[in-house]
Amino acid sequence: MTPFPFSAIVGQDEMKQAMILTAIDASIGGVLVFGDRGTGKSTAVRALAALLPPINAIKGCPVNSERAENVPDWAMLDTKALHETPTPVVDLPLGATEDRVTGALDIEKALTKGEKAFQPGLLARANRGYLYIDEVNLLEDHIVDLLLDVAQSGENVVEREGLSIRHPARFVLVGSGNPEEGELRPQLLDRFGLSVEVASPKDIATRVEVMKRRDAFENDNAAFMLRWQAEDAAIRDRILTARKALTRLTTPEKALHDVAALCLALGSDGLRGELTLLKAARAFAAWRDDTALTRAHIRAAAPMALRHRLRRDPLDEAGSGTRVIRVVEEVLA
Amino acid sequence: MPSANWTRATLALQLLAIDPALGGMRVRARSGPVRDQLMQWVDPNARKLHPAISDDALFGGLDLSATLATGHVVQEQGLLATPGALILTMAERVSTALAARLALTLDRSKIHSLIALDEGTAPDEMLNPKLAERLAFDADLSDIGIHDTGPSECPDLAAAQHRLPTVTHDPDILLQIATIAAQCGIDSVRAPLFTLRAALAHAALSGHVSVTSADLEIACALTLAHRATQFPDTPAEEVPEPDAPPADTRSDRDDPNTPDLPDDLLLDAVKALLPDNLLERLAAQKARKGRGNGTGAARKGNRRGRPLSSRAGKICDGARIDIISTLRAAAPLQTIRKHASGRDGLHIRPADIRLKRFEERSDRLLIFAVDASGSAALSRLAEAKGAVELLLAQAYARRDHVALVAFRGTKAELLLPPTRSLVQTKRRLAALPGGGGTPLAAGMVTAFDQATQARRRGLTPTIAILTDGRANIALDGTANRKLAATDAQHIARVLRSQGIDALVIDTGNRPEPALRALAATLNAPYLPLPRADAQRLSQSVAAVLGD
Repeated sequence: MTPFPFSAIVGQDEMKQAMILTAIDASIGGVLVFGDRGTGKSTAVRALAALLPPINAIKGCPVNSERAENVPDWAMLDTKALHETPTPVVDLPLGATEDRVTGALDIEKALTKGEKAFQPGLLARANRGYLYIDEVNLLEDHIVDLLLDVAQSGENVVEREGLSIRHPARFVLVGSGNPEEGELRPQLLDRFGLSVEVASPKDIATRVEVMKRRDAFENDNAAFMLRWQAEDAAIRDRILTARKALTRLTTPEKALHDVAALCLALGSDGLRGELTLLKAARAFAAWRDDTALTRAHIRAAAPMALRHRLRRDPLDEAGSGTRVIRVVEEVLA
Repeated sequence: MPSANWTRATLALQLLAIDPALGGMRVRARSGPVRDQLMQWVDPNARKLHPAISDDALFGGLDLSATLATGHVVQEQGLLATPGALILTMAERVSTALAARLALTLDRSKIHSLIALDEGTAPDEMLNPKLAERLAFDADLSDIGIHDTGPSECPDLAAAQHRLPTVTHDPDILLQIATIAAQCGIDSVRAPLFTLRAALAHAALSGHVSVTSADLEIACALTLAHRATQFPDTPAEEVPEPDAPPADTRSDRDDPNTPDLPDDLLLDAVKALLPDNLLERLAAQKARKGRGNGTGAARKGNRRGRPLSSRAGKICDGARIDIISTLRAAAPLQTIRKHASGRDGLHIRPADIRLKRFEERSDRLLIFAVDASGSAALSRLAEAKGAVELLLAQAYARRDHVALVAFRGTKAELLLPPTRSLVQTKRRLAALPGGGGTPLAAGMVTAFDQATQARRRGLTPTIAILTDGRANIALDGTANRKLAATDAQHIARVLRSQGIDALVIDTGNRPEPALRALAATLNAPYLPLPRADAQRLSQSVAAVLGD
């Protein structure tokens, strides 16, 4: 069944915006979506795949390489033909074993042919694409350690059972979860470029609209998809335009100052905050088709880029999003 | 005469058979004749799942025995490959991982329906909420006796299923459903979608061409009542909606085209089913937040587990093959097998497969937050130190770690980071200064930080607070008795919401009511121990911790 179209999701603008920004500039580094049950988190991520422009990759390459020299030799590929393929969006299920994530000895081949071959895992498939972890806060610790390492180095190294394999694994992490069910380690939190908090729509008109669209999606699928796939395509085109606009975008010195002052005032750990905020603000400016980075862009991108980088204050019940907005108002007044 | 509860449960099962996209039903009942009776309504071809089911069994995988026998790869079909009803037994013990997988299956394919048999006895032992959210119906059969059940006369479900795609509905009922869901305080948008589906299915069952008011009434009762988080007594206009902008939808309600059925009737249908103790149940659920579900304590080790000897077993997901042991097991038989099969190469049979095993145990961290202020400080600290050392002396047997936080003056200090080393502890605790005010809240914050860090490392933290309870320094360092007490209560609520276990030991000469209140907020045991010595202290702590 085709997933629910991205553009047909009612409301949740911040979440949709964050996903579009990572699609414009993958180096922003992923989105974390935290929120209650039944707010369309998983729906949005599954819809993301249809929104991403296709990539060129060598046919049959297990890590979706674009150039022949990047195809790992264990793949034993003899073709160099390129083909257009959808950007991979790979689901990392909870409780996936280490073997399945990193890849391991191909047991089928080992048992039936007696050959020592490598069976690539999810990280290989996610190279140059997205890795989606639903319920990321419930992920087992050893898998998290492994992901942190790979996300840091962009390379997956497998040393086990007599195999010694390495292959590129650069991917955008997308995670979703319900904060009530468990916390995320700060180290993993830091790897996500943007974070958004979603809540159920509270007004009845929105909820009725959600029901209408869902009903149409299920009972009148063809007509519904026809209408919304066109919208999705429009967003996809706009993403491509924005990618081009990004290269032409100028960043004035003043904007850099603003970004630095903001992160300083918030006391976010490390420099990743500044870098991500800058990238996100630039991607936002490109999305809006503006030619120079301004305070308005920084203001719009600040909550999602910085929310999860603050030290937790057990006394502040308002949530870190509100804190960011408060400081943004003070610094960029 | 079948009871109303029973009739609703059987009706829900019929609707589920008509439209599997309703997700499923949770049945809360102990195993017994009543449940057996209900299960007769379920498709006899339904397949059973159990909480420990492996991914291979669910999604399919390599059929090792067949692969080895035939010499080429044979895939096994998983339970989820074919459509139909699934029965999940012991649903309250489903792990979050399995719940996530089943939720994914229910989300993606609309061909499965799940009957979750929840046998939980305690109120906080229940089906994973993630999964419960995706099931349209809920039936509690705990109060039903066998005489309440009725005969099973099944209407023609196939015909109803056939009629389902032709049933239409008035677009206005969407507004009605959304309004009722909002009045019952249901946030999720899945619930009203289920209501709509249930109404359509019920219309198909009763042979209506379009959804009637009766269909809608029953659908609301079946899908919304068990999700309600508030009594819908207040009219929707007065329901406080903090985040919502003044919605323009309200005007629609006075529209002359308001559907023929007043909302009140629907609301009454839901209200009639709300349990009287709704608020208590919600409070109990809130207290559970952040804790596990009924799956039992997670066995997470801070070390990756002690390797045990490998054992024979079947390859399933999550198991790692011990290649060396497998080869060792297969080696002696190679010649025989070669002769028997006439084929060269290594012969490995399923019986040879050896799996690696690890033993993991959760370690406990006991954080002492000790009041080092004022008069009794010196003796209290000395006793706390003694208790820490006594507890550590038994640490090897009990796998406990101990940390010590002292608070005095205006701030708290981590005197001893989590450790198991007796020597280090003795050295660190040799000189402990005392005196000054009682910044109870600051001490609790430091202990809380230690607890969250420890939890991330896979330890199970418990905080023991030793004080005589007169908090007089607030978190910001000012000497303000009232603010100090508020701060302490506040941190206590945070601790409780994080599900961290605590223990309050009152060392004052007379029990302090403020401390008892603090313990109540923490949901922690309160122990008045005036003039406690180290021996009694460690004994009481050990007794409360339960071993």
